[in-house]
Amino acid sequence: MKTTQILIAGFGGQGILFAGKFLAYKGLLEEQQISWLPSYGPEMRGGTANCNVILSDTPVGSPIITAPDVLIAMNLPSLQKYVDTVVPGGQIYVDSALIDAKVERTDVEVFYIPATQMAKDNGIASLANMIIVGHLLENHPELSFEGTDEVVNKLVPPKKAALVELNQKALALGKNYK
Amino acid sequence: MAVVFEKPKALADIPLHYCPGCPHGIIHRLVAEVIDELGIEGKTIGVAPVGCAVMAYDYFNCDMIEAAHGRAPATATGIKRSRPENIVFTYQGDGDLASIGMAETVHSAARNENITVIFVNNAIYGMTGGQMAPTSLPGQVTQTSPYGRDVNHCGWPIKVCEMLATLEGPEYITRVAVNNVKNVKNAKKAIKKAFENQIADKGFSLVEVVSACPTNWGMTPQKALEWVESDMLPYYPIGVYKDRSAAKEEK
Amino acid sequence: MAERVLMKGNEAIAEAAIRAGCRHYFGYPITPQTEIAAYMAKKMPKIGGVFLQAESEIASINMVYGAAAAGVRVMTSSSSPGISLKAEGLSYIAGSDVPALVVNVQRGGPGLGGIQPSQSDYFQATKGGGHGDYRMIVLAPASVQEMASLTIKGFNLADKYLMTSMILADGTIGQMMEPISFEDAEIETYEKPWALTGTEGKRKHNVVNSLYLKPDQLEVKNFERYERYKVVEENEPMWEEYMMEDAEYCVVAFGIASRVAKNAVAAARAEGIKVGLIRPITLWPFPKKALAAAADKVKGFISVELNMGQMIEDIKLYTQCKRPVALCCRCGGMIPSPDEVLESIRKAQKGEF
Repeated sequence: MKTTQILIAGFGGQGILFAGKFLAYKGLLEEQQISWLPSYGPEMRGGTANCNVILSDTPVGSPIITAPDVLIAMNLPSLQKYVDTVVPGGQIYVDSALIDAKVERTDVEVFYIPATQMAKDNGIASLANMIIVGHLLENHPELSFEGTDEVVNKLVPPKKAALVELNQKALALGKNYK
Repeated sequence: MAVVFEKPKALADIPLHYCPGCPHGIIHRLVAEVIDELGIEGKTIGVAPVGCAVMAYDYFNCDMIEAAHGRAPATATGIKRSRPENIVFTYQGDGDLASIGMAETVHSAARNENITVIFVNNAIYGMTGGQMAPTSLPGQVTQTSPYGRDVNHCGWPIKVCEMLATLEGPEYITRVAVNNVKNVKNAKKAIKKAFENQIADKGFSLVEVVSACPTNWGMTPQKALEWVESDMLPYYPIGVYKDRSAAKEEK
Repeated sequence: MAERVLMKGNEAIAEAAIRAGCRHYFGYPITPQTEIAAYMAKKMPKIGGVFLQAESEIASINMVYGAAAAGVRVMTSSSSPGISLKAEGLSYIAGSDVPALVVNVQRGGPGLGGIQPSQSDYFQATKGGGHGDYRMIVLAPASVQEMASLTIKGFNLADKYLMTSMILADGTIGQMMEPISFEDAEIETYEKPWALTGTEGKRKHNVVNSLYLKPDQLEVKNFERYERYKVVEENEPMWEEYMMEDAEYCVVAFGIASRVAKNAVAAARAEGIKVGLIRPITLWPFPKKALAAAADKVKGFISVELNMGQMIEDIKLYTQCKRPVALCCRCGGMIPSPDEVLESIRKAQKGEF
């Protein structure tokens, strides 16, 4: 039984929910069981936003993640709030362009990616979320980068076709970041 | 022997429960005559209110529904939006339409909902035994304004036609009365037009019928009709307050 | 394998309603269910349906009443404070014996409360809400798939028994996305000779009405209605049993609480505690028989709810208090963690109820 619980957290407007949606659709195409649960309400507008994504090969129980296998933290308050909830042996992805702090825990694997800076440098300022997702897919043992093109094509509405390439670019930047 | 006067077909052959001298019977008859003349009984659906006319569903021969207090225009909206080919009318009193149901009234008018509203204004709550209505006149004595309606305490009566006429939405807003033969004849014309508007898909038509309540006004039927003339009509003048199609034609 | 699509729970309700033949939606915006209205606003005009944003919750339920009386499949949706406003119409719809579907995506209360998920309208949904003797069929989805399938089921049952079906969901199930399929949807249709269609001069007039001034007539109406309810209670209870075969303890939970409880049951089993779960899918009719049967074999129950303990009263009632019932609850928009539920299970095993 394989279940991966991914908690993505940051500010509203950073594409937290979209990143989660991407992972959920990827799971859908891979015929996994999935749940995607956003935070909702006024707090989403400029406040904190988070998204719980569970990918599993068996039916998902609670969609609410209390002990994530993966934490993606895109701002400091989110890292501080959730760092201790990650399961031992889990992974934490930190946008190091926005978060100076280091994770003190030694029982988790931590990836620091200056995603927001990378996005700016590459002219895709709003896609730091997808850079981190690319990095996650490349580095997580239960996930894979394979099939991302299909997911991007499915998720980007036809009206915004130009975004397909930019999302692919962001994912690749994340994949190749060392 | 030639029949010179008979009951309209759209009106059921059962005794009405209204008090002696109550004009509801006249107004029911006018609505039924119009339904007969337009030949629409088979496709008309009526919405009864909560108030004196609560049992109107027994009095008309067309399909009928009993609405919650004040909600007749919302219920009528639900019916008309489900069956646009049918003719839908509401029959409401002043408490129902202008107090508890004011939001439904205003918004169905604003949407120009293609329904016909018959609004019977007798300036009092009849069914519950004579309490102050939103249309009770300043100084009017009722069970809940025993010293006369004090406008400083409980506000002014609402002039529904004048208010609705300010909206862009409705097609036809008019006020009539049934206190004398001439007015009754004109009331029928207005009611007929209100149904014809719906048949022609013109939209929301409301006919306010200034009526009387001898029982709760504490007057004889004759005196009550005189009071309509002397006190009600000066405050609620008869007239057409909005007629979009006519206004267009004039231009 | 059936084609799966990812949908939000609220959208699944809207899509399922359309597939069930619902072409009339009347509503008023309120969090956390507004996606239903948005979905309907987008879709209905394209398929010849009606979406109308009413001026109030009260107006919207009365539009539903009118449309239901006119014989069409119709629905409204809201969240807790809005359902309170609709209570009047729910009572009229019940008293007039017309079918409707009403969705309550619950949020914390009372009063304006909050906007986070809750199950605190259990009493309101299952015991009344509006005035008078009446029942609604109350369906409690625990997944996005069930948001869809129970919506379709709800329309079928409403038409079959001439009453309101309420989908009693919560903010979590409304907002979350899961893969679903519509392939198994069974749409039933029923004749509606009582509907307001116009007599066409061919029949006596139909009257849709809840007023009976003669008490003996009103009593008979109520008796007739309750005969129908009896059939519902006999034929329509739905529930899921999970690991109940050898269970010594029984967790009872519905909706999102049952999802959390399932995790806890699995964790308790890993510790060697023989515990199972009964998940009522219909809250009315309550799965009495399942509870009564469980009471004969388990040592105790744990009711897990997102309220201060509402369903627990029905558990006690239908098990005739044969076994102790513990309460594990959070409210106001808070959700118990699997660990909290697990702790309640451990306590039950120690005899602490």
